[in-house]
Amino acid sequence: MHPALQAVLMIAIGVGGCIGYFLASNLLLDRVLFPARGANAGRNVTRANLIRPWLFLLPAIVALGLYLAYPVFATFWLSLHQQRAGNVSEFVGLANYTGMLAEPKFRESMRNNMMWLVVVPALATLFGLLAAQLTDRIWWGNIAKSLIFMPMAISFVGASVIWKLVYDARPAGQDQIGILNAVYLWFGGTAPQTWLTIPLWNNLFLMIVLVWIQAGFAMVILSAALRAIPEETIEAAILDGANPFQIFFRIKVPQIRGTIVVVWTTITITVLKVFDIVLAMTNGQWETQVLANYMFDKLFRAGDWGVGSASAMVIMLLVTPILIWNVTNARKEMR
Amino acid sequence: MDNIAGRKPALAWAVHISVVALVLLWVLPTFGLLVSSFRTGDQISTSGWWRALTTQEQQLSPIRLAGNEAEVDGTFVIEGALFSNARQVSAWGTSSRAPDAFAPGDVAELADGQTLTVGPTGSFRLTSPVSLEGSRLPRVFATAATPPEFTLQNYRKVLFTPSAGQSIGQAFLNTLTVAIPATIIPILIAAFAAYALAWMDFPGRALLVAAVVGLLVVPLQLALIPLLQFHNAIGIGKGYLGIWLAHTGFGLPLAIYLLRNYMVSLPRDIIENARVDGATEFQIFLKIILPLSFPALASFAIFQFLWTWNDLLVALVFLGTGNDQLVLTGTLVNLMGSRGGDWEILATSAFVSIAVPLLVFFAMQKYLVRGLLAGSVK
Repeated sequence: MHPALQAVLMIAIGVGGCIGYFLASNLLLDRVLFPARGANAGRNVTRANLIRPWLFLLPAIVALGLYLAYPVFATFWLSLHQQRAGNVSEFVGLANYTGMLAEPKFRESMRNNMMWLVVVPALATLFGLLAAQLTDRIWWGNIAKSLIFMPMAISFVGASVIWKLVYDARPAGQDQIGILNAVYLWFGGTAPQTWLTIPLWNNLFLMIVLVWIQAGFAMVILSAALRAIPEETIEAAILDGANPFQIFFRIKVPQIRGTIVVVWTTITITVLKVFDIVLAMTNGQWETQVLANYMFDKLFRAGDWGVGSASAMVIMLLVTPILIWNVTNARKEMR
Repeated sequence: MDNIAGRKPALAWAVHISVVALVLLWVLPTFGLLVSSFRTGDQISTSGWWRALTTQEQQLSPIRLAGNEAEVDGTFVIEGALFSNARQVSAWGTSSRAPDAFAPGDVAELADGQTLTVGPTGSFRLTSPVSLEGSRLPRVFATAATPPEFTLQNYRKVLFTPSAGQSIGQAFLNTLTVAIPATIIPILIAAFAAYALAWMDFPGRALLVAAVVGLLVVPLQLALIPLLQFHNAIGIGKGYLGIWLAHTGFGLPLAIYLLRNYMVSLPRDIIENARVDGATEFQIFLKIILPLSFPALASFAIFQFLWTWNDLLVALVFLGTGNDQLVLTGTLVNLMGSRGGDWEILATSAFVSIAVPLLVFFAMQKYLVRGLLAGSVK
């Protein structure tokens, strides 16, 4: 069958199936199992209402359980096993983890990931805050915001192509087509640089791509937080003779600290999963490997499910503190 | 706040200038690629895209003369034009050591009694005492002013002529095939669940909400191998059905979270009045909650569409690599690997893949912002 036709069919089945399921299961509950009439109508209504939430939740619980919760345990299980010839898996304990820790490429990924974790959330939040504060005060602020926000819509791969052109290098003497080299030479650089092959620095050039994408997100959230600051606190500060910088750093920033933390952690999670940018721009060469791409390498290029799963568990481990923090906060809010 | 005391005009200017700088920094990379996608490969690789916008005076790569010979009064003459487009020659030469030896209109004496003259618009006239039939004609080094010149050729080529097995047009359709069902299906499932979590009272509700918040950040990297095994075990294998299911699963936590947060904020009176009037939960959901939740539904739909359209990892794992299943992002990565130097192909393909999300972005920005504000875990 043609994929497009299949897609239309899938939409029909998906939507129809969903509505059909909810309709049928509710009817079954109300008419057949616990009808609201007869001798124990009252009891039946109560019972039906006890069950109904679970009917509403069932598809979501099944999908979440199967596609997100179960894989966490399955991956953990896989990380303790080694695939052997003939589709046999053998329990090897923590051997995958110890083997991985000894690997230079893994240590390089960890080192790079730590740099990403510090640099990207910091720079993205900083630029986001700067853009939010500055655009709030000018008449064309909304246009500016929308332009800075735009990279959010661009795929990581598309962004990689965009920035690869920026970083492009031509041999010395030729016209440079990458704007970074052109600017570098114009400011008196001696020779065009192949930016993506300079160890350690090339990580920074990859990070810039993600900062460029994420700053818009930070800006939108922080701008809303800035606007929600009570006007009186700022007016009071102005009357007390505070200058604009004092107002920003002493009055505004402390009041939106909570939002800054939220933005920071959200970007941190994105950073931990970053994969496309590295794959597309350097594929981990020149010491730019990161965990997610290392994992992809192990799983799908080397076919080593044990070590691949172990590195996925490392990503999970790094996310866990944020997960716990988010859940605790959500529970606090529910009360 | 513009009229509050203490604002200085100098500071206002500084703000304007900083914002201009920020915006330029954020827009220029994309703009560069956009401009490049309208230039020929030759233009892209010989000059920066920022030069494409103005008339440029530059030394062109050497042009070998070509044309039909005619015999006029015993001398053999070849006439023709150096360029196929409008350019102004300012200097020319016949050797790489002196590429600007002659002014337009000058007559150059070459070896073997040949003469060559190049006019200001690039027309040339080569004369020779003997026939040049079959021999290599001389090269011309020209310095010329080229007006801005753009072409749609790249788009025509990328969209309609598949090259080296990479068809962007086909990949575009494949991506649509992935993204649309993967956007629509989770919405309904999530809407029902969100309603239950927001407005129905049952034991374990708080726990479920917490679980959804937790699953929100579980990296989908963990899901790849177990789910691929699962799909193989139940006979789906790699294909569209698999990726639709995967995207549905991965999108659900955000969908439920966004929709629940929105539904909780709906006025309690409406729902309780409906309950008192004897409406069933199912009716309340379909007739009241769903229409009122439209903004939240739209927000999530945009998120999910952008995410599925832009995704690479899930597509690499759950879809095959055949031409009928390769999505745009996958094709782009392949192109970057195999034809990293063909900037005209790469830039144009990238723009084809970016165009749809950008369109969605600018058309529905309001909902996107609203969703972001509701969706970031507070």
